[in-house]
Amino acid sequence: MVTLGKRLRRWLAFAGLTALLVMTGCSREQIPVLNPQGPVAQKQYDLIMWSIALMTIVIVAVFALFTYVLIKYRAKPENEGYNPPDQHGSRLLETIWTLIPVIIVIALAIPTVKVTYDLEKPPSQHKEPVTIKVTSANWKWIFRYPEEGISTVNYVNIPADVPVKFELDAVGPMNSFWVPELGGQEYTMPDMEMAMWLEADKPGTYTGRSASYSGEHFTHMTFNVNAQSEKDYEKWVNKVKKTAPKQSEAEFRKLLEPGRVPEMTFSSYPKNADEIEVEKNREDGLDRYENRQGGHHEHQEHTGHMNHEGHQSH
Amino acid sequence: MNLFEFKMPEHFIIWNDPLIKGAWVSIILATLGIVFVLTYFKKWKWLWDEWLTTVDHKKIGIMYIIASLLMLFRGGADALLMRTQLAFPDMKFLNAQHYNEIFTTHGTLMILFMAMPFIIGMMNIAIPLQLGTRDVAFPYLNAMSFWLFFFGAMLFNISFVIGGSPDAGWTSYTPLAGSEYDPGPGQNYYLLALQIAGIGTLMTGVNFLVTIVKMRAPGMTLMRMPMFAWSTLITSVIIIFAFPVLTVALALMTFDRLFGTHFFTISGDGSPMMWANLFWVWGHPEVYIVILPAFGIFSEIISTFARKRLFGYNAMVYSMVAISALSFIVWLHHFFTMGNTPAINSFFSVSTMAIAIPTGVKLFNWLFTLYKGRIELKAPMLWAMGFIPTFLIGGVTGVMLALAPADYQYHNSYFLVSHFHYVLIGGTVFGMLAGMYYWWPKMFGHMLDERMGKWAFWLFTIGFNVCFFPQYPLGLMGMTRRMYTYPEGLGWDGLNLLSTIGAFMMGVGFLIIAYSIYWSARYGERDTTGDPWNGRTLEWATTSPAPVYNFAHIPKVEGQDAFWLMKQKRKKGKKEKTPELKRIHMPKDSGRPFVFSFFWFVAGFGFVFEWHLIGFAGLLGVLACMLLRSFEYDDHYYIEVDEIKRTEAAAGRL
Repeated sequence: MVTLGKRLRRWLAFAGLTALLVMTGCSREQIPVLNPQGPVAQKQYDLIMWSIALMTIVIVAVFALFTYVLIKYRAKPENEGYNPPDQHGSRLLETIWTLIPVIIVIALAIPTVKVTYDLEKPPSQHKEPVTIKVTSANWKWIFRYPEEGISTVNYVNIPADVPVKFELDAVGPMNSFWVPELGGQEYTMPDMEMAMWLEADKPGTYTGRSASYSGEHFTHMTFNVNAQSEKDYEKWVNKVKKTAPKQSEAEFRKLLEPGRVPEMTFSSYPKNADEIEVEKNREDGLDRYENRQGGHHEHQEHTGHMNHEGHQSH
Repeated sequence: MNLFEFKMPEHFIIWNDPLIKGAWVSIILATLGIVFVLTYFKKWKWLWDEWLTTVDHKKIGIMYIIASLLMLFRGGADALLMRTQLAFPDMKFLNAQHYNEIFTTHGTLMILFMAMPFIIGMMNIAIPLQLGTRDVAFPYLNAMSFWLFFFGAMLFNISFVIGGSPDAGWTSYTPLAGSEYDPGPGQNYYLLALQIAGIGTLMTGVNFLVTIVKMRAPGMTLMRMPMFAWSTLITSVIIIFAFPVLTVALALMTFDRLFGTHFFTISGDGSPMMWANLFWVWGHPEVYIVILPAFGIFSEIISTFARKRLFGYNAMVYSMVAISALSFIVWLHHFFTMGNTPAINSFFSVSTMAIAIPTGVKLFNWLFTLYKGRIELKAPMLWAMGFIPTFLIGGVTGVMLALAPADYQYHNSYFLVSHFHYVLIGGTVFGMLAGMYYWWPKMFGHMLDERMGKWAFWLFTIGFNVCFFPQYPLGLMGMTRRMYTYPEGLGWDGLNLLSTIGAFMMGVGFLIIAYSIYWSARYGERDTTGDPWNGRTLEWATTSPAPVYNFAHIPKVEGQDAFWLMKQKRKKGKKEKTPELKRIHMPKDSGRPFVFSFFWFVAGFGFVFEWHLIGFAGLLGVLACMLLRSFEYDDHYYIEVDEIKRTEAAAGRL
């Protein structure tokens, strides 16, 4: 039974996907959502394809009925004197077309709930997961690797075939952390840490971007996720520890200010980074309050950022 | 807060962009032109007596529709600017800040200052006539609603030339929209303009609820009402429950920004997330506020042009009631991706999918209304027929978005952008245009040109699909909404160009509609019968345009499709007894709603720039108007029998 259902789903999904590719004239690699490269994206992909298959049936059925009715019953000179019958409705028919959507909704709801719960767990159980902290700050991505003590900006390296727990938060406006080939997104929110699991099946570079508007330079908030074999990943970590500069507290604070920066690598980050982030977020809405209290203007310099290109130099 | 502080913002008059300079020139020229025409033709008094002070629901409806067409023009111009910027990779047409302002105003305008007034305009035109009554329950309040909307819209629209447009998106999520990250006056415009217009909408909800509950013609039980009246009744109830949430949310953010409170800031232990919740607790029902009346209009039009009564009337009513109930328990699907527990996401996934059930019922009932009908594809019907496939595509992609784990991949991408344009344009805009073509003769006494109507429909509909269908794959390709540019090499180029071409086709379609309005006023076919479509409901029982009192005799209703039944009876040769004419009790016109709303505008403008003295002065004016109103007794008059006779005779009805 299970295999039959699965086979049916796969087949429908394949048909739907082919139709989509033909319509857009694109290769699958250019459609990251339909090109899953990890178990999380795969689960979402299966669900998407299942819903596309069911919805295709609905569309085909309704379009066929609609076209038929429109052609057959269109006013023509031949049916000039035709008087349409006085139909009130039909209990039987109306029950049928209430039940059909009910069945479709149930067919969608069950896998939806199942996958929703599944995604809370590590995507594969066989390996010890890695934790990476993600902070979005206007308009950059800061990654910290607590197990390794290193930090990168605007790119992130992960070991392939290992579940990665991204702990997300933001300084300033919200953003959304999205790497479509590896899986769906989750918001980064100030003062509210959230976690999301992703995993890459094999080494490769996947594009991530912010999916939630966060002000002037939001468009440019893209980053690469480089999945490396576990061996290469270890090598890279060691190299960073040896060769990359340390990150001072002042430098970290500067990163949190609005502006764009290139890719950066650090062999350390301040121990109190989390506290600095909290402190920075606590300033939101404070300057106004203080202004009214007695005219502290220490945060004035970054209220003018909307009017000029706020590039930072490093 | 210093009452006497008048701090000038850095940029008060916006003059830094060729596009905005152009806008300034055209605003000044248009204003001068209007003033000149009004003065030259001595029309000032006419404008004041006939329009600015009117409490007649038909005239108010016309003003709503004119205003929303103007807003459709501006929102559409915004859209074309955005599509031009996105036509090619790395375009340098708009910079990031300008683009951000434009998508913010486009979204806000289209929902609140285009869709809402268009719908309320349709209700004003049709509801009292369909119910066989003389006006809405509270005509004076109705005028206040309109002028509040109007001045709210004006306040919003001056932002781009005075002080700067809002730029935090129409959803205005905090902290981005808070004073820390968005200090300028732009966001204040958003808050205050929506507040003023929103109060007007709330009043409309109350007004139409009471009108429909209390003022139906004798014999018209609830289950004999036209479907548009049903949709308006249900919409009014949704408005009454949903809009207070918007009012409160806007007020709280205004306090945060103006007076230093901490409802949505992180300092002071506020919660930015609370804004998202409040916004969508209003925002999702709002989606149904703009779609249900369109459903109502489609029901009327499909039944009229299939020459058949509506199939499954009761099911149509129940499904709308079900949709309205569900609309209040789905808001969280706008942020599945904000880290809710799986239980919460599952609940909202399933409740969202469940909306497909009553909507599906409605769709099949429309199809079976067509079945065995005799379908005439006149302009209003064309829009209704365009609606069915378009809305279906929007609907099924909506179901796909409802699956929370799948939504993690669609959220905020162009897939979503395309989905909501398919339902909002395919549903609401098609519905309002259908209604406009349908009721135009009732409003003005002439038809909108059929041939131009067909051209406009096909251009707009094909353009719409060319514009928005490519956006589904663009979303799956990773393009997110609100990006102002994109690099080459992602495979997005062709689809974006296609989309832009479609947008311009829609623009041409709109221009044809605008021209046909002008052309038809001069040369269009006149409607002398009052019933140009062989209609079924009571609005077609009176003359086109309807006299100020709507019906010389209040009609008696004996079933669904009341006017159809009357016509059947007449065909069978039954004579109706015409009762004796009696004088008619009518509300008096008043200039106060205009003045009252103008004071709101002054207050809003003052608070936008935090010039509190002006703000509070405006509010004082508001209070004074309310006070004066409560001591007003001479607010009604009678139309005497002689005058009714003269009016009816002139229309050939005596």
